Amino acid sequence: MTRGPLAVLTVLATLWPSLAFAHTEQGRAAGLLAGLQHPVSGLDHVLAMVSVGLWGAQLGAPAVWLLPVTFPMVMAFGGMLGLIGVPLPGVEVGVALSGVLLGLAVLAEWRPAVWAAAPIVGFFAIFHGHAHATELPAGASGLLYSVGFVVATGTLHVVGIGIGVIHRWGWGRVALRATGGLVAAAAAFFLWRAFA
Amino acid sequence: MSGTIRVLAAAAAIVLWPATALAHLVTTGLGPFYDGVSHFALTPEDFLPAIALALLAGQRGSRAGRLALFALPSAWLAGGLVGLALPTIHTATLVTTLSFLALGGLVAAEARLRPEWVTALAVVVGLLHGYLNGAAMAQAKLGTLGLAGIVSTLFVAVALAAAMVVAIRAPWGRVAVRVAGSWIVAIGLLLLGWSLRAA
Repeated sequence: MTRGPLAVLTVLATLWPSLAFAHTEQGRAAGLLAGLQHPVSGLDHVLAMVSVGLWGAQLGAPAVWLLPVTFPMVMAFGGMLGLIGVPLPGVEVGVALSGVLLGLAVLAEWRPAVWAAAPIVGFFAIFHGHAHATELPAGASGLLYSVGFVVATGTLHVVGIGIGVIHRWGWGRVALRATGGLVAAAAAFFLWRAFA
Repeated sequence: MSGTIRVLAAAAAIVLWPATALAHLVTTGLGPFYDGVSHFALTPEDFLPAIALALLAGQRGSRAGRLALFALPSAWLAGGLVGLALPTIHTATLVTTLSFLALGGLVAAEARLRPEWVTALAVVVGLLHGYLNGAAMAQAKLGTLGLAGIVSTLFVAVALAAAMVVAIRAPWGRVAVRVAGSWIVAIGLLLLGWSLRAA
């Protein structure tokens, strides 16, 4: 027996991690990672979520914090409806339409009252939750998937608000409105595809 | 079969063979105390309600924070000891879901509760979650040392989270805490959905 294979055997046997964790801990990491990955894997969802932050930044206080506080809760409510089997017609259309309208709101720098803006965003949040929250990989943890899903979606809002900081400068306001136009155009493509 | 191939075959067998299944709780290999530490840190069913309560206590000021810092771990320990002695219920998704919704909702709304009410809430949450932890510890044969690991980590987590929130002065920082509360409510709603779906 040569020293090389023996060394390989020793190193593999020493460094290889334990593989099986039975029962309650099974699939937890997979669930968390799937939940974190899912919201950023669909461009339609990403565009709408970032737009929520962009629009909030344009609207300023109190909308800039009211929208990110209310959106996850309403989105999760939509997810819960999906999980318990309550049907919601035209989910994909609703998701795409949310991107179009939010993009247009940013493009036009539309400034409705907060009591009007929050229900608009909340209405579309139900579609996003219904469409995405239920797509749990087999064997993964539902709770950890939910944690990852909510954290990733909230982080997209924060990214949108962060980008929206440029609104304080003149060139930034123009750039922000142009970004809204791009979002609306891209979401219009998803809308067309949803109907196709 | 040459010696090299035999050794490689043995290596492959070791690599592909799964380790012994570890039921129920994560086992660190460092003993029951650290198993308890890792259990609390890696179990959102316990970790998130505790953090939510710490955030709520921090929102209500330093007195509420100090009261919760001692009330929550004490109640958790008391509930845990009962759970160790009478481990009849091992999982209670309802308790977890309600904790997420109620505590997260109070944080998101920045509810103006008096410190005494926050303390009472800490006692209730501690007793319920502590009992469930104790029952799990009894099942996994981790005993009081495992429970001690949980309560110690809980004390540190509550101290850090509540103190951080008490110290926040910037308005956006207060908003960030409320956003964290809304995320916990959202997770609770989804957990409710998963529970109802499984039922």
